[in-house]
Amino acid sequence: MSIRTEPMTVNIGPQHPSTHGVFRIRVTFDGEEIVEVEPILGYLHRGTEKLAEERNYVQIVTLTDRLDYTASMTNNQAYCLAVEKLLEIEAPERAKYLRTMTAELQRIASHLIAVGFFLQELGTFGGTPLMYAFRARERILDMFEMLCGARITLSYMRPGGVFWDPPAEFWIALNEFLKEFPGELSEMEDLLLGNEILMVRTRDVSPLSAEDAINNSVSGPVLRASGVPMDLRILDPYDAYDKVDFDVPVGSKGDNYDRFWVRMQEVRQSLRIIEQCVEQIEPGDYRLDLPRVLRAEQGTESYGKVEAPKGELGFYLFSDGSVSPYRMKIRSPSLINLSVIDQLLVGWKLADMIVSLGSIDINMGEVDR
Amino acid sequence: MVLRDLNGKIVADKLLEVFPGCVDKADNDNVWVHPENLVKIGEFLKSENGFTMDYLNAITAVDFIDHFDVIYQLTSTVTQNRIAIRTSLIGREHLELDSVMGLWKGANLQEREIWDLMGIYFKGHPNMKRLLLWEGFEGHPLRKDFL
Repeated sequence: MSIRTEPMTVNIGPQHPSTHGVFRIRVTFDGEEIVEVEPILGYLHRGTEKLAEERNYVQIVTLTDRLDYTASMTNNQAYCLAVEKLLEIEAPERAKYLRTMTAELQRIASHLIAVGFFLQELGTFGGTPLMYAFRARERILDMFEMLCGARITLSYMRPGGVFWDPPAEFWIALNEFLKEFPGELSEMEDLLLGNEILMVRTRDVSPLSAEDAINNSVSGPVLRASGVPMDLRILDPYDAYDKVDFDVPVGSKGDNYDRFWVRMQEVRQSLRIIEQCVEQIEPGDYRLDLPRVLRAEQGTESYGKVEAPKGELGFYLFSDGSVSPYRMKIRSPSLINLSVIDQLLVGWKLADMIVSLGSIDINMGEVDR
Repeated sequence: MVLRDLNGKIVADKLLEVFPGCVDKADNDNVWVHPENLVKIGEFLKSENGFTMDYLNAITAVDFIDHFDVIYQLTSTVTQNRIAIRTSLIGREHLELDSVMGLWKGANLQEREIWDLMGIYFKGHPNMKRLLLWEGFEGHPLRKDFL
């Protein structure tokens, strides 16, 4: 006699501690196996694109902070590059280096969150790796506080440069960080890379082939983990990236372990970039002398893009000649990376679901905007 | 730095060779095409040797009151060439465009978002529902006449 079975639909979120914000997903299970997933978005929709149409170009910087709130610096950077392209201006050399440095610090902070929570969601390490990650992230946030007084919503960058030259205490803290953090990172790597428990749980789980990744417009570490070496910092160098030397880590299988591994390697590369910037940076202007209210020519448009920690972040601006953009479109990496969610989850078990979701590293502020 | 050998004009010339009359105009980065040819041209750009535009960066819709522009930004992962395909939809009511989901699955959530916020319906999309706002919401907020 066989037992009668039927699929069961489970709703997870929007209020759930492991979904990285107010993410809701409806999953249909056959026993323990996932047969269908449907993400339901919009719980953090604030209408950023519409709000931007009513604000002037400098005011919008504060809106961009609230997109991916774990990586405000790169949001600022993408927006400022788009405005600079629109106005056909260029930031001074010192500002470019400051931007590159702070963006890389932000990348380390964002990757540490991604890696820390990814390991937390495995449920096998207690809280140790997360606490290791947050210990280092805390130091970066302290440095940001010295730079601009804020820790999360930074608004440090402005069209035409950065808000302020770093104070002396920032350079001291940065040097200390560069001296001590590689050791802390090695501590994490010793604990994690090649770890038996981690390998068993993540190796060959939810693989994503290079073709699928490209076809789904995936970007950032998720794309590189699948073996596609696309990185805007190399392909379209902006700010000071053409003057520094770094490698692009690429995974081979595109599974959960590779996505984790690529992020760990990128932290090392970010450190390399920051070290080179500290060596090369020279005194000078940190911001262009621009009018308080910026106006672009009527009918001009621009697309500014950066390699944000989560992928390609782009701002499309169209100007009608007034003080605010006629249209601002945000190409958010988190939203577009979510299109692979059914490929990653269907056919895998309930216990891997949250882990695979963590391996994409989405941020709801950016998904819903 | 990457060597890029394609620009909008070269792409437009090639497109006109294969599909006569399908291109309105072209400049360095953009090619303007008719909405009904969009999928055909997308298929050609994706499969043709020398183009292989296999990566869809973003879809953007802009409301110009009397017409809507939809911009498809494409990249080739082989040659790193970039091109933007643009199309215009005249009018404000019952706007429809063919879905490019069959070519680039990355269009999935972006097309739903445009339907939700701009009110352009994508024919052939398997799950054409609102993305961010709830079912039953009236209007499309990113349109200029919404508020």
